[in-house]
Amino acid sequence: MISSSLIPCGQFKTSYAADTTLFLTPASRNWCLFGIAVALAAPLVLSNYLLALLIQIGYYGIAALGLNILVGSTGQISLGHAAFFGFGAFASAWLNNSFGVPVLAAIPLAGVLTTLLGLLFGIPAGRLKGLYLAIATFASQFILEDFFSRANWFTGGSSGAQANPINVFGYEIGGDKGFFYVVLFFVLVMYLLGANLLRTRDGRAFVAVRDHYLSAEVMGINLTKYRILSFGISSFYAGVGGALYGHYLGFVSAEGFTILLSIQFLGMIIIGGMGSVMGTLMGTAFMVLLPEGTEAAVSTIKHFTGDIPALTSALAYIKEAAIGLAIVLFLIFEPDGLVHRWRLIKSYWKLYPFSY
Amino acid sequence: MSADKNAAPVARREAEGRPVLEVRPVLQVRDVSLGFGGVRALTEVSFEVNKGELFSIIGPNGAGKTSMLNCISGRYHPTSGRVLLNGRDVTDLTPNVRATLGLGRTFQNLALFGHMSVLDNIMVGRHHLLRNNAVTGALYWGSGARREELAHRRKVEDIIDFLEIAHIRKAVAGTLPYGLRKRVELARAMAVEPSIILLDEPMAGMNLEEKEDMARYIVDLNEEWGMTVVMIEHDMGVVMDISQRVMVLEFGRKIAEGLPDEVMANERVKVAYLGIDDDEEAAGESAA
Repeated sequence: MISSSLIPCGQFKTSYAADTTLFLTPASRNWCLFGIAVALAAPLVLSNYLLALLIQIGYYGIAALGLNILVGSTGQISLGHAAFFGFGAFASAWLNNSFGVPVLAAIPLAGVLTTLLGLLFGIPAGRLKGLYLAIATFASQFILEDFFSRANWFTGGSSGAQANPINVFGYEIGGDKGFFYVVLFFVLVMYLLGANLLRTRDGRAFVAVRDHYLSAEVMGINLTKYRILSFGISSFYAGVGGALYGHYLGFVSAEGFTILLSIQFLGMIIIGGMGSVMGTLMGTAFMVLLPEGTEAAVSTIKHFTGDIPALTSALAYIKEAAIGLAIVLFLIFEPDGLVHRWRLIKSYWKLYPFSY
Repeated sequence: MSADKNAAPVARREAEGRPVLEVRPVLQVRDVSLGFGGVRALTEVSFEVNKGELFSIIGPNGAGKTSMLNCISGRYHPTSGRVLLNGRDVTDLTPNVRATLGLGRTFQNLALFGHMSVLDNIMVGRHHLLRNNAVTGALYWGSGARREELAHRRKVEDIIDFLEIAHIRKAVAGTLPYGLRKRVELARAMAVEPSIILLDEPMAGMNLEEKEDMARYIVDLNEEWGMTVVMIEHDMGVVMDISQRVMVLEFGRKIAEGLPDEVMANERVKVAYLGIDDDEEAAGESAA
């Protein structure tokens, strides 16, 4: 309702094609293109530290979109997303190290391998719902963590796996500047695919299964198939995001993919907005930048008060607590996420000063 | 026996000067029984619905009408008996497979996809007619998904025009008033392009004006679109006005079937709905 009231005067859709565009208005499309142009120019002005944050938003954002398709759109629950993220990182390094697959090809291939794994672990989802499914995915988290530390042939075991930098035609893309463009490319492609998926047959089927599974079935939707497929697609995104993560760090070890990261992924999509493609990126940015913001706030306080040893030593805990606090506050005050807040702000300016 | 059944609608169509359609059963229900533990919801109910018919199922509360519909659409599996759709035995098939074989239905309690737009709700109905999948859908351009989606959008717009819901096509289904939601649900069932459509109390909870509208849509759907309709409804005025044949259930058993007037005159139906008159009851007892 809000979205349709936001169409400015004089915008008329005269064909079905014009009515099925990704962006509601040409203006929002142009703003998005402008944003991409700004992102392309970012490495020229931003420091390596800020670029590293953007890269982090990129690969986490890809994985979070997968989780949002599973949790937000299909209405399933997964507490094992970090494990699939980790599997993608290991799979890409493994394909590159053991078979010499070029890294740029290994990243999507790792996504495909993770999809197969996700389909396998998604089978219980055909039968289980709600809390029971949460526990089943919880099991997948621990099974995979254990697998990472034992499967020496695949992950290098406890010593971890080397992940080579990206190499295109003998030219190595090193450093944050080069890698930023790689991540930007993958973010654009994956988000475009996700947005397209959600406006076509299978995307609608996912939402139908979430909103009313009984009538979805009567409409000819095979519930089991779509519940499992949703796990597969979500794992594809996790795998690609994880592969990017691995090749960016240059080294993959099993410690990085704990249940905590799974919860953080859930936090990203709750804060961003369940079922929203754009909200996923917003939520990821929020979660990545929140610790930075907390640190900046603490150092500002210290700037005025002088060094407080207790505050310095507690900084790590404060950062963690801020994440938890943010999730709780969002659940209470903005359960529809940042994307809903953004729509409200847009409609406020559109209708100002006659907001009624 | 079956010749007698077919004679009624044929005679009626001839009498009204309408073309006589080929009489072919779309739906055949044979001796369907359904039990939940000790409760017998349905006991050996049999009936047939011919192509192009508007068939109503009536009966007091708890008579097993919705259970009957659930057996047909696959939500329940009958304890015994068979259900045939277009001559094919569908008794052991799941609801989603039955939908692809040409069965559409609406629900007694609203069952729209609340967070989707009206348009998307109706497009879900075309699920089994669309061929794009997660991969081609995600690629969208160049994979044929866009062309296909637009072609089906055109079909959906025909239904939207027919049911006069063009003004709300972009509205979120969960925000609509009751009467409109019922209409959207009918639209969604029509989008399946079924060979038979099951309507579970399409007019429940509506005011007179909404009921009249809905009755007109159902009659038009039946006469103009040639849709075979099976309807459960409590409003006797509507049922007797628009149905071509009526079946009456009571305590899970079929007690009458036939033209609306015949059913109205049937003694057992009167008893089922109105109970036995005290005098008659006394007379019956004394006779016994």
